[in-house]
Amino acid sequence: MSRVLMRALGVVGAAAVLAGLVAVPWVAPYFYIFIATEVVILGLLAASFNLVFGYAGMLSFGHAAFYGVGAYATALVLLHLQWPLIACLAVSAVAGAALALVIGFLSVRLDEVYFAMLTLAFGMMVFGVAYQWRSVTNGSDGIAGFMLTDFAPGVGWVLDDPAVYYHVVLGVVIVAAALLYLICRSSFGQVLRAIAQNPERVAFCGLNVRAYRLAAFTVAGAFAGLAGGLMAPFLRVASPEMLHWSMSAEPVLMAILGGTGYFLGPFVGAALFVLLETWITGFTEAWMLVLGVLLALMVMFFRRGVFGTALAWLTRRTGDRS
Amino acid sequence: MNTTDTPILSIRGLAKRFGGVAAVSGIDLDVAARETVAIIGPNGAGKTTLYNMISGRMTPSEGELVFEGRSITGLAPHRISRAGISRSFQINNIFPEMSVRENVEVAVSARRGTARRWWNIASRARGVQDEAAALVERLSIAHLAERRAATISYGDKRLLELAMVLATRPRLVLLDEPTAGMTPDETQRVTALIRRLADSGEFTFLITEHDMAVVFGLADRILVMHRGERLVLGTPEEVRVHPEVRRAYLGDTDEADEADETT
Repeated sequence: MSRVLMRALGVVGAAAVLAGLVAVPWVAPYFYIFIATEVVILGLLAASFNLVFGYAGMLSFGHAAFYGVGAYATALVLLHLQWPLIACLAVSAVAGAALALVIGFLSVRLDEVYFAMLTLAFGMMVFGVAYQWRSVTNGSDGIAGFMLTDFAPGVGWVLDDPAVYYHVVLGVVIVAAALLYLICRSSFGQVLRAIAQNPERVAFCGLNVRAYRLAAFTVAGAFAGLAGGLMAPFLRVASPEMLHWSMSAEPVLMAILGGTGYFLGPFVGAALFVLLETWITGFTEAWMLVLGVLLALMVMFFRRGVFGTALAWLTRRTGDRS
Repeated sequence: MNTTDTPILSIRGLAKRFGGVAAVSGIDLDVAARETVAIIGPNGAGKTTLYNMISGRMTPSEGELVFEGRSITGLAPHRISRAGISRSFQINNIFPEMSVRENVEVAVSARRGTARRWWNIASRARGVQDEAAALVERLSIAHLAERRAATISYGDKRLLELAMVLATRPRLVLLDEPTAGMTPDETQRVTALIRRLADSGEFTFLITEHDMAVVFGLADRILVMHRGERLVLGTPEEVRVHPEVRRAYLGDTDEADEADETT
């Protein structure tokens, strides 16, 4: 199998998927516009988590904190300042990064399970603040009742239309994902992968491992904040559930489901997660049971995740034929 | 050594205690630029602990380390690496899931300061690529460049680690048992390679080694350690005939060859 042909197939496949995503509002039932919006946003959240987990090798259980803070940031700016959406999203990304910088500064010095526990603990604290600080966050009700603004001044897109909002989300996530992909492929991304495999050797190469981990954590926080900023206008609310610790599990599950070793894995995982949840809860209450079985199978037999396994299978099949 | 030269590395009264046990105590050593000093001694003599202090893996309990006129005592490993000291480990210490080429690229990009670039494409970073290619060529592992590092032979992994050590352009190189676990063929290859590197005049070497043929073949001077202390420091000829060394160490080289010191 030639590499050129493989790459050509990849490009064609990616273009087809992208075209399908753009066409969703015109070809799929109305209901699927909402499903697709959720998939795309959560895909970005899972991909941002995977920069920390799949690339830098740190299992964070506090990723919902950055996502939730991003959601509150956009909701609050829309409520009080009525800025155009693109400015709100910028505020969300900065808020996510700032919080990640603080939590990361205190957490990245620890390894493995201690890091996971500390990020979980900080995530719970952030939830506590959002839940209790009623004058700003409106407590358990969250921030609702904000009006949607234009995307950017003078553009005139009607974001209240779900199809239009979906296309805005898709555009923003494609740009964000491209940026994230660039980071993963860069020299910086290469060092992150090296750190995941052998942090000590990286230190003996002359790099400050802690600083690199913190940088990765902060960048991931920015993208998670952006995902939260996209979600709040979609749900018409920023609520404490968005930064509850159980929400932190979702990007973990999506990344593992799709495949942590691949950039697109978390997106595939997010799609599977949301679609399966939708279909299975349609005829049984036991969605969690099915998800549990699925995850156990993935971890036991298909470590590469659905995307990785499919990719390996495809490569082998096409490889056999040539 | 030539007494008119300022030493590249100066070790003064270095000691490391674990609880009440002294692993290393009162080590003094001046290493001249471009010389090769071998450190030998039976297992538990404190060789690896000494390395760990020089390379920043452990903080000394006492004493001072001066490298090129600057104190490096207790600095973090990445700072010591930046200062110009690089080390290999007894157990291969590489990035197993990366290709051989990428392993070296990480080390090269760390030194060149390109490691923090998030806007480039690593596989197209020209300067890093060329330098990494030259290094794998120099260590004769160029034919393995695209192989996953975990899958190459034990001896080749040691060479890969050496390539990563040299990628940081160190002035002082610490090699910890560079030929341990190698076949006689591989041992000969690596010894010849180290010889070439030493003769190039670019590096100063500290080498710990159990294989006496390797030690006497490479070293300008030999430091013999025993129970954490300096027993003898001298030329290979002086050490070879030293009665205490013969009694404490050279007498039972067979046993020492087989055992593997762990840290």
